[in-house]
Amino acid sequence: MRTFTTLSGPAASLPMINVDTDQIIPKQYLTAISRAGLGKGLFHDFRYDMEDRPVPDFVLNRAPWNEACILIAGQNFGCGSSREHAPWALEDFGIRCVIAPSFADIFFNNCVKNGILLIALPEDDANTLTADAGNAQTCRMAVDLDAQTVTRSNGETVAFEIEPFRKHRLLKGLDDIGITLARAAEIDAFEARQKATQPWLYGARLPDPGA
Amino acid sequence: MTGPKTLFDKIWESHVVAENDDGTTLLYIDRHLVHEVTSWTGFERMAEDGRGVRRADATVAVPDHSIPTRNRAAGVAGIGDPLGRGQVEALLANCERFGVPLIPLTDVRQGIVHIIGPEQGLTLPGATLVCGDSHTATHGAFGCLAFGIGSSEVEHVLATQTLNQKRPRNMRIAVAGDLPAGVTAKDMILAIIGVIGTAGGTGHVVEYAGPAIRALSMEGRMTVCNMTIEGGARAGLIAPDETTFAYLEGRPMVPAGAAWEQALAHWRTLASDEGATYDKEATIEARDIAPQITWGTSPEDVIPVTGRTPDPAAAPDEMRSQAIAQALDYMALAPDTPIEGVAVDRVFIGSCTNGRIEDMRAAAAVAEGRKVPAGVGAMVVPGSGLVKRQAEEEGLDRIFLEAGFEWRDPGCSMCIAMNDDKLGPGERCASTSNRNFKGRQGRGGRTHLVSPAMAAAAAVSGRFVDVRDLLA
Repeated sequence: MRTFTTLSGPAASLPMINVDTDQIIPKQYLTAISRAGLGKGLFHDFRYDMEDRPVPDFVLNRAPWNEACILIAGQNFGCGSSREHAPWALEDFGIRCVIAPSFADIFFNNCVKNGILLIALPEDDANTLTADAGNAQTCRMAVDLDAQTVTRSNGETVAFEIEPFRKHRLLKGLDDIGITLARAAEIDAFEARQKATQPWLYGARLPDPGA
Repeated sequence: MTGPKTLFDKIWESHVVAENDDGTTLLYIDRHLVHEVTSWTGFERMAEDGRGVRRADATVAVPDHSIPTRNRAAGVAGIGDPLGRGQVEALLANCERFGVPLIPLTDVRQGIVHIIGPEQGLTLPGATLVCGDSHTATHGAFGCLAFGIGSSEVEHVLATQTLNQKRPRNMRIAVAGDLPAGVTAKDMILAIIGVIGTAGGTGHVVEYAGPAIRALSMEGRMTVCNMTIEGGARAGLIAPDETTFAYLEGRPMVPAGAAWEQALAHWRTLASDEGATYDKEATIEARDIAPQITWGTSPEDVIPVTGRTPDPAAAPDEMRSQAIAQALDYMALAPDTPIEGVAVDRVFIGSCTNGRIEDMRAAAAVAEGRKVPAGVGAMVVPGSGLVKRQAEEEGLDRIFLEAGFEWRDPGCSMCIAMNDDKLGPGERCASTSNRNFKGRQGRGGRTHLVSPAMAAAAAVSGRFVDVRDLLA
């Protein structure tokens, strides 16, 4: 997994509540068995009209936000479907940090696994950054994960909270499957204990077709 | 921790492999359901890394999302979309390679993951169950801690049979009294989401309790738990009882004989203890619930069928006002308008929310002896081959066909619209599925979430009506 340390560049604002993962990346992008090019489908129905032409007014279709690396969103961002295509599409577009008052649970976990930093900020701070992001003169900001700050274009900083474990994982880019596999002995021991007390959870294989 | 525990506390604590230094828990996962959309990346990376599936006996795969609902006998070759076909072929090849049991497309047991898990007895009380799909919450109906995960977590479970998770908080939603006639489990959960909001359960596991929940069949309980994610919580739970045990006994992957007795004794201990406390609680009176219908583009945008669309001018704040105005505009509805009488173009009955036998029966009871008017397209998609077979044995297919509904093969179909079953721009649909997001059922499509009985009533009336008037 890619590490996340610092990030600076244009921030785009999407001031809407309850933006679901169907809006982040719609169903027609879910049938591929490759992640390549998902950035093209990011916010598809906002970005393209019914004839698939770019909607000129949409923020990600306008300079400098067409190169945004930070997104400022509304409450409950990422609700709905568990599709990990949502963080994949954000990352493929180039967005590695989303700032919002709150996030949905599954999307939140999926972002951690893909090196995307989600920052939950109190509504007032989020509103300040939304206003900054809306103006081409002030939309550039810098995120420093180690220092836990977002620096505005005027040099002022906004501090944010993050759980120590998530910060550590993002800073180090840890692959937790490798880490968990190294703990096989603990998992073996759990299974031995569970098998003794709840043996019915083991060996119940699905019958073969026609059986 | 001693003292009274909730159902959730008991299941969670009995699945702790280790408490991590960082405040998360390494949690053991007993059961894993796999489908074609969210598994390929995990299998691909496991192949690259030379890793295997830790417990194939705890895993079942089935294609359901990107498959057509016609011409099932043709199997994989019958999938017209080359991308969808490629994804199902990849699932078959991966399951073969990693030894994961798979239910093929042409098998009568094939169906939506969340329908086939309970049918096959993969879903068990007191167990942990995951799937790369947010509607995994469905399985909580059995007192099974079940939640949706992303593709990276799918890979983690395949490889290690565990997940690193932050412990969620406890929430309890009680539904008091009895549901009125013509009001169903779907109306109950829509009404609950209307009260708590689409983020009301974020960070929590919701335990549903109270007499109206106890009175539900397993099918109804699955409908309620299924849409827990639409209230923001990843998992819903209902304590197992005699209704649960009667459903489970004799299913293929459910223990039998002495093991059944042993399991039953354990399952009877799972209910929340007297005096257990919750971080958040809500109570809803069943008698106040009318048939529900969504008017907007979020599941929390819900009103009784007797209600009116909201007025953005009355919203508490500017962002909410804009959201209401945008939703009404997308749905082509005026503010403060009665929802009853709004004309529909399409009707979809099916999905993991409402694709079970009870749903087929409820819709057929309304459709029987009535006709879908010209210009309305109505389809019924059973949730599994077993549901389809049972419905046909009961003659429900003939009722639907005579009333002018299409009778399709099982799959996710127009709930996610990854196949040919989708709305055209501007088409308005009465749907028994779970999400009315913009474009969910097809770009520009307008989805109204309702119960199967309400959907059937809309189908035979050509517009939204109060199903209680047809049942009278």
